[in-house]
Amino acid sequence: MKNAPPFLSQRSVSRRSALLGGLGAALSVPFLSSCAGFDTSGAAAGKGTVGFLSTQFTPVEEKQRYEDVLRKTLNVPVAYNSVDPGVFTSTVQTQTEAGSVRTALLGGLHGELAPLADSLEDVDQILRDLSGSGFTQEVLDLTKVGGTTSKYVPWMQATYVVAVNKKALEWLPGGVDVNDLTYEGFLEWAQAAKQGAGRPVFGMPAGPKGLHHRFYQGFLLPSFTGGQITTFRNSDAVMAWEYMKDLWDATAPASTNFDAMQEPLARGEVLVAWDHVARLVGAPADNPDEWLMVPAPRGPKGRGYMLIVAGVALPKNGLERERAEQAIRGLAEPTTQIETLRSNAFFPVVQTELPTDLAGAIALEAAAVRLQQRSAGALLALPPVGLGPKEGEVSQIFKNCFQEICLNGSAVQPTLDDQAKQLNTILQELKVPCWAPDPVSAGEKCEVA
Amino acid sequence: MTTTRIVDTPPARPAVDEAPLKRQRRNRALLQAACILISLFMLVPIYLISLAALSTRESLNEFPLSLLPTNLSFETLRAFLGSTGIIGAFGNSLIVGLGTLLISALIGVPAGYALARFAFPAKEPYQLFLLFTRALPIVVLSVPLARLFLTVDLYDTTYAVILLHTALALPTTILISASVFLSVPIDVEEAARVFGCTPAGAFLKVVLPMALPGLAAASIFTFVMSWNEVLGASILTLDHRTLPAQVLTSLSDSPLAYRFAGGFALVIPSIIFIAFMRRYLTNMWGSTIR
Amino acid sequence: MTVDLPPAPAQLDTPARPRRIPPAVLLIAPSIVFMALLLGWPVIQGVLQAFRSDDGFTLEFVTRMVQDPYFWPAVRNTLLLIAVMIPLQFAFAITMALLLRSNPRLDKVHFFVWAIPLALSDLAAGLVWLSIFNDRGYLNSVLASLGIDTIPWLAYDNPTTLFLCVLVAEVWRSTSLVLVIVVSGLQGIPKDYDEAAQVFGAGFWQRLRHVTLPLLKPSLQVALILRTILAFQTFAVAQALTGQNFPLVVGETYRWYTGLQNPNVAAALALVILVASMLISIFYLRALRDKGQEGTR
Repeated sequence: MKNAPPFLSQRSVSRRSALLGGLGAALSVPFLSSCAGFDTSGAAAGKGTVGFLSTQFTPVEEKQRYEDVLRKTLNVPVAYNSVDPGVFTSTVQTQTEAGSVRTALLGGLHGELAPLADSLEDVDQILRDLSGSGFTQEVLDLTKVGGTTSKYVPWMQATYVVAVNKKALEWLPGGVDVNDLTYEGFLEWAQAAKQGAGRPVFGMPAGPKGLHHRFYQGFLLPSFTGGQITTFRNSDAVMAWEYMKDLWDATAPASTNFDAMQEPLARGEVLVAWDHVARLVGAPADNPDEWLMVPAPRGPKGRGYMLIVAGVALPKNGLERERAEQAIRGLAEPTTQIETLRSNAFFPVVQTELPTDLAGAIALEAAAVRLQQRSAGALLALPPVGLGPKEGEVSQIFKNCFQEICLNGSAVQPTLDDQAKQLNTILQELKVPCWAPDPVSAGEKCEVA
Repeated sequence: MTTTRIVDTPPARPAVDEAPLKRQRRNRALLQAACILISLFMLVPIYLISLAALSTRESLNEFPLSLLPTNLSFETLRAFLGSTGIIGAFGNSLIVGLGTLLISALIGVPAGYALARFAFPAKEPYQLFLLFTRALPIVVLSVPLARLFLTVDLYDTTYAVILLHTALALPTTILISASVFLSVPIDVEEAARVFGCTPAGAFLKVVLPMALPGLAAASIFTFVMSWNEVLGASILTLDHRTLPAQVLTSLSDSPLAYRFAGGFALVIPSIIFIAFMRRYLTNMWGSTIR
Repeated sequence: MTVDLPPAPAQLDTPARPRRIPPAVLLIAPSIVFMALLLGWPVIQGVLQAFRSDDGFTLEFVTRMVQDPYFWPAVRNTLLLIAVMIPLQFAFAITMALLLRSNPRLDKVHFFVWAIPLALSDLAAGLVWLSIFNDRGYLNSVLASLGIDTIPWLAYDNPTTLFLCVLVAEVWRSTSLVLVIVVSGLQGIPKDYDEAAQVFGAGFWQRLRHVTLPLLKPSLQVALILRTILAFQTFAVAQALTGQNFPLVVGETYRWYTGLQNPNVAAALALVILVASMLISIFYLRALRDKGQEGTR
């Protein structure tokens, strides 16, 4: 820099003119392109394309695969646009409020669509037309999102299972059946593995985007207490959280950074983990022979398991209504449903036989899911029904319990009492009936006893 | 920084005492070492992300990780670059970045000049007004902002994103250019005026060139801010996304290898931009009147 | 920045312009109009959310915010991080700028390298440092290959290393912003001042304290204000590294808005950030103005 050209020299002038030239070019770019930017989703490809806004399959790979599925199986052009749940909600909400809806089709989990019920068209007619597809009654009830009419058509479903690296079997205590785990056996195994491996090798998706609250809501608490909300702070629940505390002691502490377990599993950082099927499928992808997928454990009150349902909905005053309906019907076709399972590990919501030639990891999962649903004492837990926008806060209560009890070492009963108070504050405002596995009785408000 | 007193002897010195010269040499060596050390601190993480982006998925699962590029592969990077809309999103990001740069300079530089050169009573409130808009996390404005753009029918266009990014960048542009104009001696401007320049002419011919480094700094911030901004771009667009809005959010759910590839791919254009602007940032150095 | 320079002769030289509107107003008006048109309504809507419920004014959301178990830790972490990071960062950036000014070999390359982190989004920066600090990351890889026990840097029960990791990552990511502002400010300071002081026998620290820093004051003031305000706004690095174990107020704002879908409490949290940022900005503007006046004269 000592020899930098003197100020205002020939060279610096030419640089400056280059800068100005660059800016000039920059100025002309937006106007020359004479449009509002380049199309990034394929929706502007032409009229007649169904703009499909969804919260599912956001990862690059999954999105690419799903676009292929849509292209192959639907006979209408669909522009698949996947976004963050937060962006999804505010987009749909604002477009409705402003009376200017720019989407044709919306896809999301039950919990993401339910808060938007006011912005969604009733789809009862479509569901009647599709009644031969074999949607289960539980799922159909969910589509009513607490009201009387259906707001979405079931799209696909998923649940949670346990992935096991066969290396961990070496520490499986005698008398414990890996395909029929009990919570007690699961804990013994975790402790034995911790001792054997010299470090904890069981993991939990307890990161900021992890789904560990579903473990408490749909697996741990139903299995110990038979309920989710009503039994939130009874003595069984205390037992469940005491158990959780012990389990956490034998769990990898790095779990608080894990969002999806397939990565730490694939890295070998943990060997056994519970998670959403779509977040486990990557672990055994390359070497399915070294892996097992098994049902979640069972507890004193049964084998609690949670079903995750995703749906497709029509926004009120949406674009391309006719083609969007056509797309919905196409999505409910067994071929589309099977292709979705093959590509992205979400299971069919319609009645159909699963093919026998599924890829290794998905075949493992399919077997575990079937075993979990059909095993003795299977206890179905639904994601919260009718909570609308409060669902996130209810889930947060369960995460808070984990934070307080397992991480901060607070006493169990006072913590539960405290969180129950907050839970009741939210529930009292909502006045909704309970959902499975809590006793469902219409007209009665759900709250912690 | 050593605590040694640097006693620089004037250039024309009798060759008697060699000690100061030695000391100076040692200081220069320490200086070079410090620079290299800092560069390493800055570079190593960049090297690691490049390494991770160009590694196979399997090699990222090993432990201990290799610190040398033994397993290079473009597989994840290619898959990332091949996803739908990446090219369009790249174009949009460029349009938005440069558009933001231009508008915020047009509005911001005059305001910065005013802040530096004129005394006006509302100066502090004006500065606070600028900061106010930057101090509120825009996430809470998501819904009203999107509604605003829907109402004026700019929703889902790059223009909407340019306008929002300009609003986000203006405080930086104005304050930085003000601090730069402040350091351009006012005598220079007056001298130009004495020699017959109009106020505008004096500004364009004398002040602006001297302020170029600062303006370059401001434009770097503006462009980089716009290039990396995710939230605003994703709430204001649907089918005409910028690159970060198109991929960054999805990255957090993607496997690690893709996250690195995405992070790496996004960084390259901003690095090129900085390399380009850096020359303007430092072109005055060593060239002041001796 | 608020130095009272004599009003430029422009006002006297241009009789064509009506006296009523001072040029300063003409120059700043576009920015005010632009910001007001674009952000005015959304900001009012956004801020009001914190106090508005179906039945009018309410403090319910503020109470909710304060009672949340993450709120006070988030406040504490935010203040701690800013209090430690900002001084560290400024010392670092000024050192770097002075190093560059002394014309080391390859100074252009060094400067470019030091400015690179500027190009990284905070999301990407979080990713980079996660790959270094995680249990099986590059740092532990180095330790392991040296035969040293690996350390769980990011474990929730190890708040000290947690904080240090976030600090290092943030210093790495955001010091270049300060550096670039300081460097562009240093450009305007003729080296003769410094050399003159040197001739008169002033030592390095004396020159730094009495010549360089006072002349840098406008740039430092801007850098301080911007850096502090931006520090209140970023959380992606902390979140990537620590999840929920090192909550920051702005991260909590995002969590309430997008995760818990409660824009009201989110707005209350945003207000906390807004008020804190504004108070600190006012402090900087006042504190650095008085001294600044003696400095530039």
